[in-house]
Amino acid sequence: MSRIIDLGKYIEIGINALEENFSFLWRAIDDGISWTVDNLSELLLSIPFVVFLLIVVLLAYYAKAGKMMFKKEGLKKGGGLVAFVVIGLFLIYAMGYWEDAMCTTTLVLVAAFIALVLGIPIGILAAKNRTADIIIRPILDFMQTMPAFVYLIPAIFFFSVGDTPGVVATVIFSLPPAVRLTSLGIRSVPNDVVEAGRAFGATEKQILYKIELPLAMPTILTGVNQVILLALSMVVIASMVGARGLGSVVYQGIQQNDIAKGFESGLGIVILAIILDRITQSFANKKG
Amino acid sequence: MTTMKSDEDKVVKLRVEDLTLIFGKRKKEALEMLEKGASKAEILQKTKCTVGISKANFEVYEGEVFVVMGLSGSGKSTLIRCLNRLNEPTAGKVFFKDEDITRKGNRELLNIRRFEMSMVFQTFGLLPHKTILENAAFGLELRGEPKEEREKKALAALETVGLKGYEEHYPSAMSGGMQQRVGLARALANDTEVLLMDEAFSALDPLIKSDMQDKLLQIQEKVQKTIVFITHDLDEAIKLGDRIMIMKDGIIEQIGSAEEILTHPASEYVEAFVEKVDRKTIITAESLMFPKPSLLRVKKDGPMRAIRKMQTEGVKFLPVVEDERRTFLGYVWLNDVLELAEKKEMSLEKALKTEVPSVYSDYTVEEMLPLISGNNYPLAVVDKQGGRLLGLVTQTSLIIEATRYGDEEVKQLIKKANKTNRL
Repeated sequence: MSRIIDLGKYIEIGINALEENFSFLWRAIDDGISWTVDNLSELLLSIPFVVFLLIVVLLAYYAKAGKMMFKKEGLKKGGGLVAFVVIGLFLIYAMGYWEDAMCTTTLVLVAAFIALVLGIPIGILAAKNRTADIIIRPILDFMQTMPAFVYLIPAIFFFSVGDTPGVVATVIFSLPPAVRLTSLGIRSVPNDVVEAGRAFGATEKQILYKIELPLAMPTILTGVNQVILLALSMVVIASMVGARGLGSVVYQGIQQNDIAKGFESGLGIVILAIILDRITQSFANKKG
Repeated sequence: MTTMKSDEDKVVKLRVEDLTLIFGKRKKEALEMLEKGASKAEILQKTKCTVGISKANFEVYEGEVFVVMGLSGSGKSTLIRCLNRLNEPTAGKVFFKDEDITRKGNRELLNIRRFEMSMVFQTFGLLPHKTILENAAFGLELRGEPKEEREKKALAALETVGLKGYEEHYPSAMSGGMQQRVGLARALANDTEVLLMDEAFSALDPLIKSDMQDKLLQIQEKVQKTIVFITHDLDEAIKLGDRIMIMKDGIIEQIGSAEEILTHPASEYVEAFVEKVDRKTIITAESLMFPKPSLLRVKKDGPMRAIRKMQTEGVKFLPVVEDERRTFLGYVWLNDVLELAEKKEMSLEKALKTEVPSVYSDYTVEEMLPLISGNNYPLAVVDKQGGRLLGLVTQTSLIIEATRYGDEEVKQLIKKANKTNRL
C-alpha cells in the first residue's frame, strides 16, 4: 500500500531537531538523573541488610498502625505486613538479588519522584483552569494508551543507553495517574468549604494550601501509590534500554531462556511491588 | 414594594442601591432589556440570561437582625453573596459604611472579608482535617494572626456558643447543630461588625433549629452585631428578624417588621406567604386597636354629658380617663349613668367600674384572648408609662383575628360572646 502521509518522518525530523538544538538540556538531564541514581543506590547498598530491613519494617508498621503503634490493636493491624516484609526482603536477600533489588528501588523512587514533582502541579493546573484541562486531558489519554515500548525510542535517542532513558521512559509512563488523581482530588473538594474560605478572605494561595490540598490529600496519595506501581511495572521494559536492577535480570532470563533466573527476579519485583503498594496505600487511606 | 420608613436615629450599616445580578454570557444585553422594563421570562428567552436579582434597594441598620426571606430561587442567597462579593453584581452599588464595596480592589475586598464581615453557611463549610478549635480560629488564621492569639479568641467564641470542652474534637464527630455552632463561633471569633448568615439553621432538625435561634438571639443581645439572615422559613424570620425583607424571583416584594408584613401585606404574594403564620403570637394590641376612642374625663364630664356622648356614638358604655394625664380609670355604663342623672349627681365617679382589664400595646392576640372571655366591653390599651389610654381593642376584632385559623378554643369564645354580649 502506498503511503499518502509520512507522519513518522515528520516526527523523526522534529525529534532530531530537538536533539540537536537542546543537546545541553539532554546532557544536563542525563547528568542529573545518573548522578542521583548512582548516589542513591550506593547509599541504599551502604546500609546493612538488617538495618534496612528494620527501617522498612518500622515504616510498614507505622503506615498500618499509625497512632495505635504502641497498643495491641496496632499489632493486629500491622502484624501481617510486617511479617510479609521480613519474609519477602529476606527471600530477595537470600536468593542473592539484594543489589539488583536496591537498584530497582532506586530507579522506581527516582522516576516516581520526578513523575510526582511534574504531575502534581500539572494536576492542580488542570483542576483550576478549564483550558489547561482541555489540553492536558487528551495528552494523558495519549500517554496512557501508547504502548510503553514506544517511549524507549526517543529515550534512547536523547540519552543513549543506561539508567537515564529507563527513568525517563518510566516517568512518562507513570505520570498520568499523578496528574489525574491530583486533579480529581482538588475538584472533589466540597464547594462549601472553599466558599467558606473565600468568605473569610482567603487568597487563592491560601485556598490551595490550607483547604484544597489538605482535603485532596487522600486522593493525591492514591495517585502516589499508582505512580509507584506503574513505575515498578516498567522496570523490565526499562531494562531493554540498559537500566539496571531486577528488571534487567528478568530480561536476561528471557533472552537466555533461564527459567530459574526469570522466576526468581520476577518474584523479587512482585515482593517489592506488594511492599511499596501496601505502605503507600496505608498512608493514602489515613484521613488527611 | 413598600418604601421604607427612614428612621433617623438609626445608623445605616449597609445600603444596597439598584443591585442587579444577571447570570449568563450576554449580561450587557440582558441588563439593557431589564432597564427597559422587560420581564425575566422575556430576557431569558432573548438572551438566555437569568436575572438573579433585579434592582434591589434596601438598607440594613446597625445592630439589627435583617432577615431576607423567600423561597428557593428567589435570589436571597445570591443577594447575600453580593454583600461580600462572593457573587459579583452586574450593576448597582453596595455601600458598607458609606463606601461602595463593588468598586473595591482585590486587596481591599480581602480586608473587608477578613475584618468587616463574616459568614455562616447552611452546609457549615467546616474543614474536616482541622479540630474544632482550629476551625473556629480559621478566619483569624487567614488574617495571619499568631497562633496563640487566635486560639485565645477562638476559645472565647466557642465558649459563647456553648462548645467549651470540644476544642480537640473533629467536625465529623459532631452533630449538625454542634457543627453549625462551630460555624457560628468561627464567624464570632473574627469579631466583625456584620454577620452574614445564609440559611444558617435550615439544615438542622426543628428542635435544634429552635434552640439555635434562641442561642443566636441570646448572643445578639450581648454582641449587638448587624446581622443579615437568609431563610425560607417565615416562622424563623418572624422570630429572629427586627425587619424582614420578602423576595420573589429576584425582586423585593416588601420590607418591614413582622407585624407590618402580616397586617399590611404589600402584594398578593406576600399575603399568600403569610397566610399560614400563627398570627395570634405576632399581631399585637397596637395594630388591632382603634386609636383615639371617644372617652369621658372623670372630673370635667358629668352624667348629662356622658349620656349625650353615648347617644351620639350609639354605644352603651364609654371609657373614662383622668382629666390631665388621660390615665385609664375604667368604664361607665349607660344604665348607671342614667341613675346618676336621676339622682342629680354631678360626678361620674360613683358609676365608674374600675375592675376591668387593660393591656399594653405590645400584648399579642394570644395574650389578650383570655382577658375578654365573659366580658362585654373592649380591652383598653394603655401606655406602659403612666397608663395613658391609647385605644380600644374590641372583642370582635380580636375574635376575627383569631378565628382565621379555625382554632377550636376561639370558636367556643365566639359562641359565648354572642350569647352574653351585644352592643
